[in-house]
Amino acid sequence: MNSSVIVFPGSNCDRDIAIALRKFGFKNKMIWHEDVELPKSDLVVLPGGFSYGDYLRCGSMASKSKIIQSVIKFANSGGLLMGICNGFQILTETSLLPGVLLRNKFSKFICKNVFVKINNIENNYFKNIKKNVLNLHIAHNEGNYFCSGEQMKEMQENNQIALLYCDEKGEVNEKYNPNGSSKNIAGIFSRKKNILGMMPHPERMIEKYLSGEDGSLFFENLLNNLK
Amino acid sequence: MSVTEKIAIDHGLKKNEFKEICNLLKRTPNITELGLFSAMWNEHCSYKSSKIHLKKLPTTGKKVIQGPGENAGVVDIEDNDAIVFKIESHNHPSFIEPYQGAATGVGGIMRDVFTMGARPIANLNSIHFGSTQNKKTKNLLRGVVNGIGGYGNCIGIPTIGGQTTFDESYNGNILVNAMTIGLVKKDKIFYSKATGINKPVIYVGSKTGRDGIHGASMASNVFDDQIEEKKPTVQVGDPFTEKLLLEACLELMTDDSIISIQDMGAAGLTSSSIEMASKGKLGIELNLDKVPCRESNMTPYEIMLSESQERMLIVLENGKEEKAKKIFEKWNLDFAVIGKTTNSKKIEIYFNGIKNAEVPIEFLSDKSPEYDRKWKKIKLPNKNKINKDLYKNLKILDVLKKILSSPNVCSKEWIWEQYDHTVMGDTIQKPGGDAGVVRVHGTNKAVAAAVDSSANYCFAHPLTGGKQIVCESWRNMISVGAKPLAITNCLNFGNPEKEKNMGEFVECLTGISEACKYLNYPVVSGNVSFYNETKDKGIKPTPTIGGIGFLKDYKKMTSMSLKKNDNIVLVVGKTEGHIDQSIFATEILNEKKGPPPEINLFNEKNNGETVLSLINEGYVKSVHDVSVGGLLVAVTQMCLAGNIGIKINKPKGLVNFFEYFFGEDQGRYLIEIEKNDINKVKSVLQKNSVYFSEFGTTQEKNVVLKDEINVTIDELMKINKTWLNNYMDN
Repeated sequence: MNSSVIVFPGSNCDRDIAIALRKFGFKNKMIWHEDVELPKSDLVVLPGGFSYGDYLRCGSMASKSKIIQSVIKFANSGGLLMGICNGFQILTETSLLPGVLLRNKFSKFICKNVFVKINNIENNYFKNIKKNVLNLHIAHNEGNYFCSGEQMKEMQENNQIALLYCDEKGEVNEKYNPNGSSKNIAGIFSRKKNILGMMPHPERMIEKYLSGEDGSLFFENLLNNLK
Repeated sequence: MSVTEKIAIDHGLKKNEFKEICNLLKRTPNITELGLFSAMWNEHCSYKSSKIHLKKLPTTGKKVIQGPGENAGVVDIEDNDAIVFKIESHNHPSFIEPYQGAATGVGGIMRDVFTMGARPIANLNSIHFGSTQNKKTKNLLRGVVNGIGGYGNCIGIPTIGGQTTFDESYNGNILVNAMTIGLVKKDKIFYSKATGINKPVIYVGSKTGRDGIHGASMASNVFDDQIEEKKPTVQVGDPFTEKLLLEACLELMTDDSIISIQDMGAAGLTSSSIEMASKGKLGIELNLDKVPCRESNMTPYEIMLSESQERMLIVLENGKEEKAKKIFEKWNLDFAVIGKTTNSKKIEIYFNGIKNAEVPIEFLSDKSPEYDRKWKKIKLPNKNKINKDLYKNLKILDVLKKILSSPNVCSKEWIWEQYDHTVMGDTIQKPGGDAGVVRVHGTNKAVAAAVDSSANYCFAHPLTGGKQIVCESWRNMISVGAKPLAITNCLNFGNPEKEKNMGEFVECLTGISEACKYLNYPVVSGNVSFYNETKDKGIKPTPTIGGIGFLKDYKKMTSMSLKKNDNIVLVVGKTEGHIDQSIFATEILNEKKGPPPEINLFNEKNNGETVLSLINEGYVKSVHDVSVGGLLVAVTQMCLAGNIGIKINKPKGLVNFFEYFFGEDQGRYLIEIEKNDINKVKSVLQKNSVYFSEFGTTQEKNVVLKDEINVTIDELMKINKTWLNNYMDN
């Protein structure tokens, strides 16, 4: 399987995701933001970080970068496109995904382990995954998902909600919402489920010596689904 | 404008220093030249009060590749890998403007590390604030934490550890010390010494603005009522540009284009150009018309003294300009050839085609003042005869709860959760333990790091306090299974012109030096911050030790979290019940007199090395050194980390329970051992003449001490975790 990780100036999880993808059997290429063409890819990832310093609005400058037109074309033709953290913010800024990511509720950067419930497994990302609650890691300042009532209704009707903050047993409750996200949303799909945006970082959870191993579960499963 | 003595004094120079400058030059300096002298001769850059004392620190060792004197220290961690690290203060700017002050502190120390060719792999910080009752404290803490996070998180370097304390002596002067650790190949280390004549001098990074002019001079003086006016001396940070600068510099460093490189930190272009030339015994010619400026009509004086951030000065090999330019342009950074090296041994500055300043380099560096300031010896205080009746109304459990929820012992999760501590995917021990640990990417090796200071001990008796902080740092390395390698120190003190403050400095340093020598734990880098004083009130002496340790196999790392029920917990090291200067005495009994706990270096070394050998042989399931709060606090921290309880043995003999459980005797560890291994472990301890006793047995959920304590982990956890949250968020 071929993956491509887009590198923007200010991306800082690009290396981490590349390592994770390679570890679980993807071939991976790093694509510079000023490139125009995407190489042939089965998966494209927009990594975490602070693209262009996140100075205007998180992800906003990246959504106007040179490479992004090819990324949009790739996604519109059904290609698998995953945005993690800043990548998720870029996906909403390009309108490939609905809604926005606002400043965290308590106006604080939050770096910690969280539990997320997988809300929909009928897609290439989570089909056949062995757990329905994952222990993943978040590290962000703007992860407070928000969208209009209409958008939310549409997402619910289309089963576009991917991940919800919850406790270790999978109970979704405001108590377990780290950042104030609407309905505890931690990740969403596009209508066709080929685009996934999520705040948690599975690439930081790929060894027992790190914060945990549920990221491994995610990548192994993803690769198997694509084979 | 012609320079007068008054102008010189306004620049922070003393009368006699100005006279000396005129003598050296055989004329009065012009304003640009005066600027150069004031920047190079201030305390922050010249170390004029500390130089003669710093010489006594041990700075060499088998693993030391580079000691003090470079941008950072370097130690060997085998297989052609080396660690570059340093700690630095940003105290004065952080008090004036906490967000930018702290942020640029982090930015500055990272540049010191990547200037040497190393990719930063971890950050730490040691931050100290005034009393929690002081109305400024909350905002300062919030600003500093936001600043540290804002910068480090954006660059994508994990912040793996730190220390936060509160004490009223910091009411008018907070301390912000930032440390960075970087990884480099031993044969690809870059230094600041310039060599060769007619080599191009390159300016890269951000443009130069008017921010931070006189930052270093400001950090070389005490505060008065007018600190608001000093805001313009605080630099403004841009972590995004720093990230680009980091990547661009490392890209250029893959070949041998660079002869020498130096970041423009304190005193900006002045100190970077002069240091490079001075180390190479060369001259340097700068054409300031070529310097990329952010603002129009900047004068040579302003350009030379600006402390705008995210800038580097590089001496390149001839003919490499185009290649270097391409790299910096790719990263959207300014690049300009602004001068060349010469054989004049002078700094010569041109502006608008005219020579604006000319000063022999040695006047600015080697000939800078050196003072042997008067200092007062501080006697070991007599033991405080605390009336034991004071204990009578106390209950052990109440005291424990009070200490666990006290500002200086409570969980600092509110702080470190705001720092990205897992980016880069190699953090194997997070903040909150004895030391943070990161793997050396792609290998079995790991590096441990911790920052430590004990202002109360250093204030009570600087000599003992100085030794203690080194020992504490050493113990923190051992406690994660790392072999202690070397330290960097940040020496935060009051006004060196006062004999008492100078005495504190001299004796702390003697203590540090003695302990470092004994433990073979050399000092490879550091920084001195004097004049932490506002309106005549100085801080307690607060030397901070940033220690690093090495793990050959990260899988052998230990942590403080208890692992399972029915294991034996041993106390290693002797408990005498030293109460003076303990948190029990100062916070619970409000008794502030008496000496700090005594340091026995032989025991420190012997106990530590023995524990480390037990760890390496796999006998130790968890370990925690016993420090502030004593045994009961230490064991509770182990319980909370592992979510496992303990049944504590009643101490034998006539010991007083309060002194036994809350005394802060040094050189102690708590170690968790499986029952099957206990005899073997005891025999090793006996063979090495290490004092130990059985402290308790692990069990499910509760912490129990017969007749005194029976409390759930959850309750203690809540007490420990909520204080800071409530203080900050309510």
